[in-house]
Amino acid sequence: VSDTELRVSQDQSPTQKFLFYFLKLMHVLNYPSKGELPLLPEEHVQDSAKDVTYICPFIGPVRGSLSVTNYRLFFRCTDREPVFGLDLPLGVLSRVEKIGAATSRGDVSYGLACKDMRNLRFVHKEPEDSLKKSVFEVLMKFAFPVSNNMSLFAFEYKQVFPENGWKVYDPLAEYKRQGLPNESWRISKVNDHYELCDSYPAALVVPVTITDEELRRVSSFRAKGRIPVLSWIHPESQAAVVRASQPMVGQNGRRCKEDEKLLQAIMDANAQSHKMFIFDARPSVNAAANKMKGGGYESEDAYQNAELVFLDIHNIHVMRESLRKLKEVVYPNIEDSHWLSNLESTHWLEHIKLILAGALRIADKVESGKTSVVVHCSDGWDRTPQLTSLALIMLDSHYRTIRGFQILLEKEWLSFGHRFQQRVGHGDKNHTDADRSPIFLQFIDCVWQMTRQFPAAFEFNEYFLITILDHLYSCLFGTFLCNSEQQRLKEEVPKHTVSLWSFVNSQLEEFVNPLYVGYPSHVLFPTVGIRHLQLWVTYYIRWNPRMRPQEPVHQRYKELLAKRAELQKRVEELQREAANRTASSSSERAGSPTRSITPVQTFV
Amino acid sequence: MICSGFFVTSGEVEFCSANPILKYTQDDLSQRGVFGTLFCTNFRVTFISDEKPQEKTDKTFKNKLYGENDIPLMCVDHIYGVYDEKRKLITGGLVKNKYPSKMIIHCKDLRVFQFSLTFSKEEDAKKIFQGIAHHCLEEKSLKCVFAFSYMGTPSPEMQWKQETVMFDSPEDWTQEMKRTKANCRLVTENENFELSQRLPKYFVIPLTIGDLFSYQGKGLPIWCWSHYSGCALFKASFPPVTQEDGDFQKHLDTMINAVAHNHLYSVKTEDLSESLPNIQDIQQSYNKFKQFFLIENSTDFWLSDVKWFSSLESSGWLDIIRQCLQKAVEVVECLEKDNTNVLITEEEGTDLCCVISSLAQIMLDPYYRTLMGFQSLVQKEWVAGCHAFLDRCNHLHQKDKEYHSPVFLLFLECVWQLVHQHSPAFQFSETYLTVLSDSVHVPVFSTFLFNSSHHRESVMKAESPLAQSGPLSCPTVWDWSVQFDSKAQNFFFNPLYLEKVKHDRAVRKPHKPKHQRNLSLPSTAFKTPPKKGFFKDETDSLKKMLRVKRLSRWRGSPDAPAATTREFFESWQHRPLDYHGLLLPCLDGPAVHIWMQRYLRWIPEVYILGGGSVAVMTKLMELLSQVQDLKRVLEQRDSSQAAKLDHRPYFQHRLLSFDSSGRLSSSFPFAYTCYRSFKPIIPTGLMQSLMVTDSLASQEDEASSVVSFV
Repeated sequence: VSDTELRVSQDQSPTQKFLFYFLKLMHVLNYPSKGELPLLPEEHVQDSAKDVTYICPFIGPVRGSLSVTNYRLFFRCTDREPVFGLDLPLGVLSRVEKIGAATSRGDVSYGLACKDMRNLRFVHKEPEDSLKKSVFEVLMKFAFPVSNNMSLFAFEYKQVFPENGWKVYDPLAEYKRQGLPNESWRISKVNDHYELCDSYPAALVVPVTITDEELRRVSSFRAKGRIPVLSWIHPESQAAVVRASQPMVGQNGRRCKEDEKLLQAIMDANAQSHKMFIFDARPSVNAAANKMKGGGYESEDAYQNAELVFLDIHNIHVMRESLRKLKEVVYPNIEDSHWLSNLESTHWLEHIKLILAGALRIADKVESGKTSVVVHCSDGWDRTPQLTSLALIMLDSHYRTIRGFQILLEKEWLSFGHRFQQRVGHGDKNHTDADRSPIFLQFIDCVWQMTRQFPAAFEFNEYFLITILDHLYSCLFGTFLCNSEQQRLKEEVPKHTVSLWSFVNSQLEEFVNPLYVGYPSHVLFPTVGIRHLQLWVTYYIRWNPRMRPQEPVHQRYKELLAKRAELQKRVEELQREAANRTASSSSERAGSPTRSITPVQTFV
Repeated sequence: MICSGFFVTSGEVEFCSANPILKYTQDDLSQRGVFGTLFCTNFRVTFISDEKPQEKTDKTFKNKLYGENDIPLMCVDHIYGVYDEKRKLITGGLVKNKYPSKMIIHCKDLRVFQFSLTFSKEEDAKKIFQGIAHHCLEEKSLKCVFAFSYMGTPSPEMQWKQETVMFDSPEDWTQEMKRTKANCRLVTENENFELSQRLPKYFVIPLTIGDLFSYQGKGLPIWCWSHYSGCALFKASFPPVTQEDGDFQKHLDTMINAVAHNHLYSVKTEDLSESLPNIQDIQQSYNKFKQFFLIENSTDFWLSDVKWFSSLESSGWLDIIRQCLQKAVEVVECLEKDNTNVLITEEEGTDLCCVISSLAQIMLDPYYRTLMGFQSLVQKEWVAGCHAFLDRCNHLHQKDKEYHSPVFLLFLECVWQLVHQHSPAFQFSETYLTVLSDSVHVPVFSTFLFNSSHHRESVMKAESPLAQSGPLSCPTVWDWSVQFDSKAQNFFFNPLYLEKVKHDRAVRKPHKPKHQRNLSLPSTAFKTPPKKGFFKDETDSLKKMLRVKRLSRWRGSPDAPAATTREFFESWQHRPLDYHGLLLPCLDGPAVHIWMQRYLRWIPEVYILGGGSVAVMTKLMELLSQVQDLKRVLEQRDSSQAAKLDHRPYFQHRLLSFDSSGRLSSSFPFAYTCYRSFKPIIPTGLMQSLMVTDSLASQEDEASSVVSFV
């Protein structure tokens, strides 16, 4: 068979489909230049204006009309072919402001700073009637509903999907998958009403030898009451990944008998090792500085068989500043000749490297050292989930599937109280809030780095990760609202909103990595050298049309899968035909050729 | 003594050896290693371990000429000696008496070897050290190169050679002109190099040039390639500026006019030495760049990881790659969009002219993106085109540094960028390019040994009577069977390549403007009128004026071309991508990458076990062979009337049969790692890595609740 026949003809190349994917990624869709806006259920147009100019940094000023709904902003250009538009959820806006005074012609310019790495600028004529509100004033109101005492759009959106994403994560089922409870670990109900710790989930896995009363005492010794509890247990060695917040050691070196007993019990639960590691995510200087404020880290005297390791990951403020610098470097223009040193000066990839390196060390201790580990930072809700969830992805292939990843997010991030509301600032106009920080984005970036290094080990594709990030800000779904499980229950978020997973799981084929093989038992140890880390161009620089994403491998693979499916079908047909003809006479039967094919995901 | 059967190639002679020598395992500081014998022969430096070779997994990608512990003499880049803990660069002078306790060899293919000389007898150690230093560092004559001793048997399958157009005969050139519909003249007057020794044996020039013999052929516009519109790309050498006199200026004008005559009286000239870095800049930049990959131990690695991006930038290597690609895009723009003839010039006309013209041709002509087409292009522009490989690669270790420069490697780097960005457009793989870049330093092939066609012919002719068995038997690099068996050669093919259907590989269809991604942009101010011959009756002055205008436009402000090519790229990008049409690279900062496979393949710290592109390729290869097998099954069914069932196994993975367990490392197929020690590489020295000095670092996480705990 010649090469020519082997290779798929170009005519079948789904360039069109790919282009669509690209445009979707850009939120630039071809709308009919006239006619209805594609509104969601319960989405209503609040105001529109014609003759708005969008100052596009890439193609120059574009004139068109702007509409603001209770969910998003539509801009449709009217003077350009092909028709071009903007479609962005108001949730991505972090700031809307008037820039300068009106020009002599009455033009006012507005700047929109976005959470997703872009800034938009519009020029609009101020309405002559001073009583009438400008479309941008309406925009400001609906962009920050929380600041204006309105509810987020997620509470109005009532789309029904075939699957209910709120049911994806059942803590007891997940612990059962891990073989819990077992002889060493029990599931405690001590936090059933969030009395022990209001930022922890109701179900907690703790050593059987520790009573609920002891847990209560421990909670007074750990910052925000976030006691050491199990996140994951190794199916063979029984080494556990345990998460917590910092101990309240303080300047006087306070100790807590029950806390020491709890850590000893965690170590004892793993018969394979007589040692354990405590990973403090912070730089040692910062950990020490926390003693001044009552916090600190475990002393070697008090925790005799534990080795303390600092992972040197910086705090939320450093990360926020780093992303701000990154945005400066990539948007809108890239300085080509100094690109690399500019990138380095943001430290973004260095932070990524440190987080991945930390997770790698945790995974290594659990997998190779068969040792249990305790991970904490200050409060245990930012750096801690970054580290534990990345380590879990390395250790457990279940978390590399689409559903497994959803469970991981629901568990490590949402139920254990990563403060999404504070870190993202949903619907809040206070854009300078020092509690905002791209901690979750950083985690997703780390996952993306791993998918680059292990292109066949993850069931989901890049689009899945980008979709999660887009809806982190969109406020269309309830998933990332509030700061804790308790708050979400109080606000009845699952009752009144749609889960992001309802949407995702109802169109899975969009998010499947066609190269996925699985490797069920493999532990992934990524390379954390900065030589192998890349800037996630298709996320951070996606608004730049020159940085058009290219996914030829995936495309090619999909084509081949389609081709193979087609050929298989024909072989089977022919076989059936042959079998019918020879059915009466033949005593020997040929094995079906299709049987020897390794099963591959066939979402085409 | 070397036991029989040791020599991989006939003609190899041992110079000296020493035992025991400790070869350090590269990946740690623990000074562990393997004991064995170190040899120096006329072909290579080689280390043979005393330990019985462990049961080796069948290495799919084995080079037949040299193995993992062999360093061809030509491949040695630098030798360092460690004297009392101090590392010194070994040059001829230092060799005299003292020998170092440790010898570090940096190779041109970026491998690093470290040998301890302290275990063997002093005399042996001294001898092997001096022998290696002498043969690898001292200036030598061309005759000493192993190729002249090599007596490989000519391979039975000459397929590679036959299909690659060598451009060493008038027929090859005529065929190429026919293929591109060029309207030019083949020059055969230089057959015996009477015209010039720096010009190819055969070459093609514009029709209207009559006078060939003035100025030893300097300034002669040499045809490279013709666009389907009729305009063409030419290259020419210029004399050094000081020699410019009135007469020569006139001569140049004649030449430029001749190029303009080729198509519609339009020409753009570009002096590459003005707009691109010179060969010394290129050399210096590469010397800095390669240091980042010659890693001797883990500590070095993690230290250099910290300032990685700024170090890379300071070498300027990626910027030079970008500049070359940029220039090539400008040339493409002239040919494709403006349909003007282009004449690129440079002092010799055989360095950057080769880079730019080859790149432009790859972007414009899909034939050169096939494996055979690419090899033919290298023959046409580089080998027959008289690139001074011998001087540029410094095969003879000449002290005069002025002539060394990795110009050919620079070209391969640029091609790699294109392959990386538009993988389905190329029939050959990244591995092919890496192997080709290595082969430059394998002293067996005639391809990279000479400075010009004349040089090649004179040496080969002089050599042949001396050898008993007829002419010199040194193969061209395109005879890949010399280095790799056919199975390994499969790695040269890109599984992602989208072949054009019903398309004879050897004969390219004429380029027609029906390509989706060809451009029909608004005409520029200088767009020539469509009617040919419009200018025929015009006066010379008008022609001249036109030319001056064109020249000034190109040479205007330095930013202007970048801006127009940016526009050119964007309008190309807006059209649906056709992998068999025009191909342009994205040259923005984040789009220019490092050739990871070539530069990182020997560094264990960056191996991704079970990951890397090999994981994808494995999967693709597997699927490809399944599709292939299914097709075969269908064909059989069709022909055998489905009556008798064939019991042959249906699914053999014939393309590649490597272990698809996902446990191959990202450095595959080059370095093999031991899977037994499947341990993560934990970075050391993280503390130094990030010095955040601003006040944010010491700030409390919870800004709002500073005083909540006591």
